[in-house]
Amino acid sequence: MSGEQWVSLSALQHLLYCERQAALIHVEQLWREDVNTASGRLLHERVDLPGHDARPGRRVERAVRLGSERLRISGRADLVEYHPDATCPTGWRPFPVEVKRARRKSSEADRVQLCAQALCLEEMLGVEVPEGALYFGAQHRRQAVTFDSALRARTEEAIARMHGLLAQRRVPLVPRAPKCEACSLEPLCLPHVTAGQRRVSDYLRQLVEQEAGDRAGMSGARGDPGDP
Amino acid sequence: MTTALNTLFITAEGTRLNKEGECVVVTIQEEKKAEVPLRHLRSVVCLARAWLTPELMESCVEAGIHVSFFGMTGRFLARVEGLPGGNVLLRRQQFRAADDPGVTLRLARAIVVGKVANARQFLQHARRDAAEEARLPLEEASRRLSEHLRALERAEELDPVRGLEGIAARDYFEAFPALLKGDARRFSFDGRNRRPPRDPLNALLSFGYALLAQDCAGALAGVGLDPAVGFLHEDRPGRLSLALDLMEELRSPVVDRLVLSLVNRAQLKPEDFKTEAAGAVLLKDDARKTFLVAYQNAKQGSVQHPFLGQQTTWGLVPHLQALLLARTLRGELDGYPPFTVR
Repeated sequence: MSGEQWVSLSALQHLLYCERQAALIHVEQLWREDVNTASGRLLHERVDLPGHDARPGRRVERAVRLGSERLRISGRADLVEYHPDATCPTGWRPFPVEVKRARRKSSEADRVQLCAQALCLEEMLGVEVPEGALYFGAQHRRQAVTFDSALRARTEEAIARMHGLLAQRRVPLVPRAPKCEACSLEPLCLPHVTAGQRRVSDYLRQLVEQEAGDRAGMSGARGDPGDP
Repeated sequence: MTTALNTLFITAEGTRLNKEGECVVVTIQEEKKAEVPLRHLRSVVCLARAWLTPELMESCVEAGIHVSFFGMTGRFLARVEGLPGGNVLLRRQQFRAADDPGVTLRLARAIVVGKVANARQFLQHARRDAAEEARLPLEEASRRLSEHLRALERAEELDPVRGLEGIAARDYFEAFPALLKGDARRFSFDGRNRRPPRDPLNALLSFGYALLAQDCAGALAGVGLDPAVGFLHEDRPGRLSLALDLMEELRSPVVDRLVLSLVNRAQLKPEDFKTEAAGAVLLKDDARKTFLVAYQNAKQGSVQHPFLGQQTTWGLVPHLQALLLARTLRGELDGYPPFTVR
């Protein structure tokens, strides 16, 4: 692994959704402006989201820069709350909160992304971060997430897999799946023609056949209704 | 993918463009003429000397909106864009492919097959409602293009591919006058000429190709390819060779079709052009506007993509083709599928 190669926190969500999507965005750097505008819009929505301001006795930081040297991962957390906790050296225990727009059930990808934030906070602040929450903006609902050893292991595995993709600089081909319909990168990914699912050589041969097939007559290969 | 791919054309001398909020504001002689949201724009094309504020320029670069400048004749001058999109790895792949004679041959051949097939399709289509006396030259040219397609299939070197492309273009343009109808027969056309164009039809073709080339260059840059490193067209300083490659298959269905429909419907007449003393022919200002409006409208027209099997618009076709070319260079497709009209 190259020492300069870092994985962004957001890449983990892409990876868990689809390896090819993650590689298209993070290896090919496709759709840069779109991703940027989208993240800008999201950030804006987050700032305006009501209902998750600090409760009494809590501190809140937004758009917190996070990173882990050990895992070579970095990015931002939407929100980190600091809950008073006498057992912490600083007196505050970090509690990451990831804001999700829609009324979507929490997915593995959301929990992994949140756990990666916790791993960064633990390394940066030298404290244990046992818990965080997903916040669903549409429903004004919080869902607690416990960073148990199983989730931590899955998160480290995902980070390692993403490092592998970046190191190989390769975009894997994946078969078309129902989830492709919902993917914003579908028009760039072209899952229905790549991966040998449609052969260009056949397409070209057919084209020449069609246009040059009937050299002698002028009835045209297609037999247009208006042709004599 | 972006659905609105509008181009903002600036045609009046001394136009001022600045940014207000998330919009481009167009001012001509102190008078506010238009306001366009940045997110609806794909490119800004200045066909007259215009004035853009640095703030607007910065926003365009950041949003991936290309700003290009043309001389009065439609000659391309310059283009402002940010860091190339995509990935240096893709560009390396492109350069390696351009250095590989086998890959270059296959790509160039696919491009020319697309071009000749579309040219033939265009003549065949026109023949259907052509006058009796026009049919013979159209049929003859169409037959020759078929032969060139067969010969292309057998071509195993780049030179014959380029040669066939040239011969096919000459045969095609020989039949071009037969496509003129009614009053449009007043236009004289004796083959393709340029630098400078010496008759109105050539002036229209050159203008249209210049616009299409810019659209193709933008589409290529958008997927992270270098518009200057081509396959059919050799590298030449200052030339957007890959944009010219990508444009080949779109010349007749996009530009030629538009030019003919404008003259055949008498939306443009011989009086809409001016001839310089040295013989160069230019569009008058109103004619340029007529052409630009028609060009923009044509981009909204829907069309079936023959390889992807999906409905799209003409404006998106260069973007889809650029994407398919990038996928080809990455080895995800077994060749480049040119866009063809069915």
